[in-house]
Amino acid sequence: MITEAASQPAQAPRSWLPGRLARPGIWQITAVTVALVLALPVLVIFAHVFIPSGEVWSHLRETMLGEYVANSLLLLFGVGVGVLVIGVPVAWLVSVCEFPGRRVFQWALMLPLAMPAYIIAYTYTGMLDFAGPVQTLFRELTGLGFGEYWFPEIRSLTGAMLMLTLVLYPYVYLLTRAAFLEQSVCVLEVSRTLGSGPYASFLRVALPLARPAVIAGLTLALMEVLADYGTVAYFGIPTFTTGIFRTWYGLADPAAAAQLAAVLLSFVFVLILLERWSRMRARFHHTSSRYSNLPRYRLRGWKASAAVAACLLPVLLGFLIPAMQLSIWAVRTREHWMNPDFAQLVFNTFYLAAMAAAIAVTLALVLAYARRMQGGPITAIAVRVAGLGYAVPGTVIAIGVMLPFAWFDNTFDSLMRDWLGISTGLLLSGTLFALLFAYVVRFLAVSLQTVEAGLGKIKPSMDDAARSLGVRPLGTLTRVHLPIMRGTLLTALLLVFVDVLKELPATLILRPFDFNTLAVRAFELAGDERLAESSSAALAIVLVGLLPVILLSLTIERSRPGQRQRMRRRNGDSARTEPIAVPAGTRGA
Amino acid sequence: MFRNSLRLLGIAALGAAIGLPVSASADGEVNVYSARQENLIKPLLDDFTRDTGITVNLLTGRADELLQRLRLEGRNSPADVLITVDAGNLHQAKEAEVLSPVDSPVLNERIPENFRDVDGHWYGLSLRARPIMYNKDTVDPSELSTYEALTDPKWRGRICIRSSSNIYNQSLVASMIASNGTEATSEWAEGLVANFARPPQGGDTDQIRAAAAGVCDIAIANTYYLGGMLAGDDPEQRAVAEQIGVFFPNQDGRGTHVNISGAGVTAHAPNPGNGVQLIEYLTGEEAQRWYAEVNQEYPVRPEVPTSETLQSLGDFKADSLNLSLLGQYNAEAVRIMDRAGWR
Repeated sequence: MITEAASQPAQAPRSWLPGRLARPGIWQITAVTVALVLALPVLVIFAHVFIPSGEVWSHLRETMLGEYVANSLLLLFGVGVGVLVIGVPVAWLVSVCEFPGRRVFQWALMLPLAMPAYIIAYTYTGMLDFAGPVQTLFRELTGLGFGEYWFPEIRSLTGAMLMLTLVLYPYVYLLTRAAFLEQSVCVLEVSRTLGSGPYASFLRVALPLARPAVIAGLTLALMEVLADYGTVAYFGIPTFTTGIFRTWYGLADPAAAAQLAAVLLSFVFVLILLERWSRMRARFHHTSSRYSNLPRYRLRGWKASAAVAACLLPVLLGFLIPAMQLSIWAVRTREHWMNPDFAQLVFNTFYLAAMAAAIAVTLALVLAYARRMQGGPITAIAVRVAGLGYAVPGTVIAIGVMLPFAWFDNTFDSLMRDWLGISTGLLLSGTLFALLFAYVVRFLAVSLQTVEAGLGKIKPSMDDAARSLGVRPLGTLTRVHLPIMRGTLLTALLLVFVDVLKELPATLILRPFDFNTLAVRAFELAGDERLAESSSAALAIVLVGLLPVILLSLTIERSRPGQRQRMRRRNGDSARTEPIAVPAGTRGA
Repeated sequence: MFRNSLRLLGIAALGAAIGLPVSASADGEVNVYSARQENLIKPLLDDFTRDTGITVNLLTGRADELLQRLRLEGRNSPADVLITVDAGNLHQAKEAEVLSPVDSPVLNERIPENFRDVDGHWYGLSLRARPIMYNKDTVDPSELSTYEALTDPKWRGRICIRSSSNIYNQSLVASMIASNGTEATSEWAEGLVANFARPPQGGDTDQIRAAAAGVCDIAIANTYYLGGMLAGDDPEQRAVAEQIGVFFPNQDGRGTHVNISGAGVTAHAPNPGNGVQLIEYLTGEEAQRWYAEVNQEYPVRPEVPTSETLQSLGDFKADSLNLSLLGQYNAEAVRIMDRAGWR
């Protein structure tokens, strides 16, 4: 039931001239324009590479560069393994198995997503540090003193790997689960009639089918690792991001800092190439449109306990424990934060995150769809470049946004002063527009990866069918793809929303006067080592993030093919064969 | 329906983003870029508005980035006043020509010469010292003398200090370059690194806690962190802080390293008069006392009393180095620490 479809996307509209590049279509032009605008900040930074900075660069090479490279690579490797080991198995468990608490776990496993990495790092350090409650209790119980026992050092490279893994595995989990849920039951049933047990179906059928989604999730997590500043800075681990800051400001050499950023970007290119390469050999599409509810494997005994433990552990460590510690601190410091100001903070944060998510997903859809409709090397490169911002630290993006915006404002202002004698001042700099632009640049990759993964699973014959019935490309998108991709789109919205909620560096430097967000508040206090006082803002980030996480999780679950019937019947698990779901006019073409 | 709501959201987003007004600067306003975080400046700004009727618009952020923004915005920048928490940043702002000279007899009279810029580009608002802190159980203060003496092998594996990426350490090392020269400071940094109890990690409070817990015996940290722990309402923090003694080094020589938080009026300030008025207000007696009581900083005006907590740490002689030099030697300091392996 799996075919290796033609490696070309659906055919472009018929043109008088042969060849794809001969006459760029409207989709291609739009995609390249959007991509160029979004790539501007990254390109601006990249342009600094050509400014010579020989002396500082050789100083870096002699002293810190090796360490930056080694630590960043180790961090990538550790977190990469970590998010896969946690994310994929739990996604499989909650998607196709039945065990106590499964319904709760399927959304609870997303919760750590709402936890900013630097906050979880601060929280665990507060708890596990030598002077923290855990070790103090241990010393009191055993009567041992410093140096007389071994305790893992939280502020280490391994500690950073753990912290980042705990908050980043949901990327892999979310995308992989969405992929499992969208898989046709026929594929799995065939694998089972051919004699595969549950493990073999997983390893040989479901996992390969979900591979694009797994890799997309992994790529997102790894790019996030490369851009992380807060955690590694607090743990004192020299990586590319801390190096960029230090070189830019401490050594006062933006050119050398940009060259570091360029090396960082080359890491990203390698990641992207690896991802492409892993997908190159085959594109999998379901040929069957017969979706029906998947019978779940019912786990019993120790297997059920193991499944519960496997799902509980990441939620406990990545969410419940830190959230509890934050709550304790928040209650202790309540007089510091219970005021109307706080409501305004929550509103600002929510508003920005919702806006940025809507824009980022819309643009991602345009780009991904353009690739599908009128693919070709130019569009492909443009789309890749537009997504680069995700691996670039927020501050660097912010500077990349400020440079062209300020240039535009000041040039326009000069022209107006010369011609009309009026000053237009700053039109773009210091507005929410600049901030939203930076968010989209930074987080487009999140929506793009998700949307592409979703779009890639829709077989091209669907497009052909729609087109042969006379539907234009835009119509195909809105009437065929969007309804099928509902779950994917919501996932993309959720991911960007939560990312913006947590975003700090770009917000800090680009926001207008008297405009704060929860992340800014949490950072100001945590950065000044008032951890307990920052807890209320950190907790609010988590809570504001929680609502959409739960809502969207339910929607994603419902978006599963065949799920609507199940919801009506209410006892889907026992039903081996469900009526085939064919949502209005989309399937069965 | 989903599609429509998506489209609506998108349109709303663009509309709202573009429609939002740029912060205008009318009369009776002053716009502040502050590296001093909101809760440590807003109360004073509110008082200023109450007393003068001038509205204050505030943007907080990291000093380097605010400076970058100021530089890029150029002559159209809405900012009137830049506030930072390190003299090095103020010096860099002056070098970047984003500050304008202020000639205020009030400020010149109130603020000692070494805590303000020669040309009036910036003025100090509050002081903080970076002394040696020690565990009272394991260290006898008579063993301590100067920053330089911390490289003595007897301190091997006993010193805690935060990362060299931190501006306070960069300024400390810059002050040593200014008085001892590059070569001696390089040797000193290597000697200090050899005596580290652990790779640098965490903030100043973490160093104090580590010294109290016995991870190390000596921590180098800013006074207000310890002051905050002593004066705060968390009994656990207070208990930790009480195990720590403060030693002000180099009393027979140049004095203990101090730094300032300070402010300057920007080069293209739309409301320069209000800016000067604000800085004068921040050096007023009431504001000065506020720094001391709320954030445990030393007032920049010698005649204003410090808080009881700070008084309990004792008087000391502060390094009288011209603080502009901290900014001048900043990059050199970072290189020295890079080479010494001070992470």
